[in-house]
Amino acid sequence: MIKIENLNVSIENKEILNGISLAVKPGELHVVMGRNGTGKSTLANILAGKEKYKVTGGSVNFVGKNLLEMSPEDRACAGLFLSFQYPVAIPGVNNMYFLKAAVNAVRKSRGEEEIDAVDFLSMIREKLKIVALDESFIHRPVNDGFSGGEKKRNEILQMIALEPKLSILDETDSGLDIDALKIVAQGVNDYRSPDRSFILITHYQRILNYMQPDFVHVLMNGRIVKSGTMELAKELEEKGYSWIEEEMVEIT
Amino acid sequence: MMDKTLDKTIAQEYKYGFETDVKQHTFPPGLDEKVIQALSEIKQEPEWLLKWRLKAYRHWLKMAEPGWANVKFTHIDYQSISYYSAPRKKSAGSLDEIDPEILETYTKLGIPLNEQKMLEGVAVDAVFDSVSVATTFKDSLKKAGVIFCSFSEAVKEYPELVKKYLGSVVPVTDNYYAALNSAVFSDGSFVYIPKGVRCPMELSTYFRINAANTGQFERTLIVADESSHVSYLEGCTAPMRDENQLHAAVVELVALDNAEIKYSTVQNWYPGDKDGKGGIYNFVTKRGACRGVKSKISWTQVETGSAITWKYPSCILQGDDSVGEFYSVALTNNFQQADTGTKMIHIGKNTKSTIISKGISAGRGQQTYRGEVKIMKSAENSRNYSQCDSILIGDKCGAHTFPYIDVRNPSAQMEHEATTSNIGEDQLFYCNQRGISTEDAVSLIVNGFCKEVFKKLPMEFAVEAQKLMEVSLEGAVG
Repeated sequence: MIKIENLNVSIENKEILNGISLAVKPGELHVVMGRNGTGKSTLANILAGKEKYKVTGGSVNFVGKNLLEMSPEDRACAGLFLSFQYPVAIPGVNNMYFLKAAVNAVRKSRGEEEIDAVDFLSMIREKLKIVALDESFIHRPVNDGFSGGEKKRNEILQMIALEPKLSILDETDSGLDIDALKIVAQGVNDYRSPDRSFILITHYQRILNYMQPDFVHVLMNGRIVKSGTMELAKELEEKGYSWIEEEMVEIT
Repeated sequence: MMDKTLDKTIAQEYKYGFETDVKQHTFPPGLDEKVIQALSEIKQEPEWLLKWRLKAYRHWLKMAEPGWANVKFTHIDYQSISYYSAPRKKSAGSLDEIDPEILETYTKLGIPLNEQKMLEGVAVDAVFDSVSVATTFKDSLKKAGVIFCSFSEAVKEYPELVKKYLGSVVPVTDNYYAALNSAVFSDGSFVYIPKGVRCPMELSTYFRINAANTGQFERTLIVADESSHVSYLEGCTAPMRDENQLHAAVVELVALDNAEIKYSTVQNWYPGDKDGKGGIYNFVTKRGACRGVKSKISWTQVETGSAITWKYPSCILQGDDSVGEFYSVALTNNFQQADTGTKMIHIGKNTKSTIISKGISAGRGQQTYRGEVKIMKSAENSRNYSQCDSILIGDKCGAHTFPYIDVRNPSAQMEHEATTSNIGEDQLFYCNQRGISTEDAVSLIVNGFCKEVFKKLPMEFAVEAQKLMEVSLEGAVG
């Protein structure tokens, strides 16, 4: 699905990612954990194509293409989805209208016909149930005046409507109460399939109680310093991150 | 990078910039009393009108160009402008007599004048440079009692109506450009809706400037008699030229008891090129008088063209319970400048006004909202609601808001809201990440921003306006 090799990224000459390598196969769910400021969101944004970052080395292959050469919209159309940590509000633009424009942009790029308003509405009604939102929600302006939980559920709604191959969930769990967390996790679980992959970025092990990750990675100082399975996440929850730091010091 | 895409999105070519090759009768440049006399003679005008023109001209000579608007331009040499230009083969009578080149021009502009192809339910008066070349659906309107004709024809056929209302809303001494217009106006549209009649179709005037080095000075007068209703729309385009051309129009609306006038404008004069060369100076005076009780005048404007726009469609709310509305979308891109807004003068009791202004600045465009709400002592229980929103695209443009509020009656209720925002990189990135291109994202955001105003346009034109915004914005995002 995606293969990141020795990726180096800087912003204003400050190195943020320092040789990241990560390969995600179809169907897999990878969790990237780490403290604040270790480069987790940078990784998500660079994969989605945000411009302020500079790639200084390495490569990223996504579904057989050189991801780093693609525009953000081409990446989206090729099946890469980012659930934003802080989804931005677009006042005046109707949520449904926005979503329809997005779905049609993606369909168009696949050479499919645009979906008409009636079919779209019935499709969205089904998906709204999955994220437990009522229909009035899609007639509000995009993320404008949404609560934290509504924003995150809206991201998941967009994900299941756009049907991406790879979903990067950037702290989709943060700021959610337990009910919203369960809904978001359930939305992701329902969407999992052998040909869809996920990179879940999080601080906490909490959401992992509701999901079954295949791999867990720890990001520190812009590098993946440890990889493991669910057991690693549990260990982090118990002991924090400092023991890994100590381990690293021992190695070097 | 984002800026480059933004620039590309905002800068699309002006589609209506072609020129029609047609033999024209054009006055040599220059303005004096003889020119006005010659103009009046060509139009076979009555003595009173010539006198009226000369009075305006003499007053104009004593006036100075207004300097208070937030726009910059080099001084206009009024002696270098030709004040009359008309196709030689001209007739407002039958279509067969119109130069086929001109018919072709209007077809290219999307305004076919042939009976078979005419826009359904919309009667059009086509003004080409200084004269009206055709008015469609005239006969069917006549059956309903509605008068819709060129201004020149109205002077001949309905002199009493013209004499009664001409200059009654915008006096010849009103302002510099209105005085100039009163002196030299060459044609325009006249509408009269008789008592109790609901005009059976949309009326519209399509203004086209074609000849070089001319000015277009047209005059529109709409009178809605008691309990009548009319919806009117004007559209405008001009060829692309390096020189600036002056368009100084005057529009007067009169609504009597219980009458309603809805006046919509889609202004798409040539805005100049991306370096700010050429374009129309659109210096226009538009004012409506709600003379009767419970009368209503509603202005809706979409201003995307012109190098400089200077206009304030206003309402004088004289009749008790009368209503004034102003809905505006103005877009300035590249080096365009706009100083636009409205005046709501509340005189009658229980008068109400609403102002919704949406300004979009891109490129190096400068945009000013200037509005005045005046509640006179007599205007018991009056209300105004104003909302002025600006959106900035890129970091080289500007938005300015000057709302004046003058309340002389303590029972008035006033509300004013204003916002300024910009299309942020984060918003564009969010759209991009969902597969939406930057161009589409900008028009999505801008259309969302303008929605409230577009809703006020007649159906057919709302779609048109939305398309126009997209075209005008092309290249805005970079």
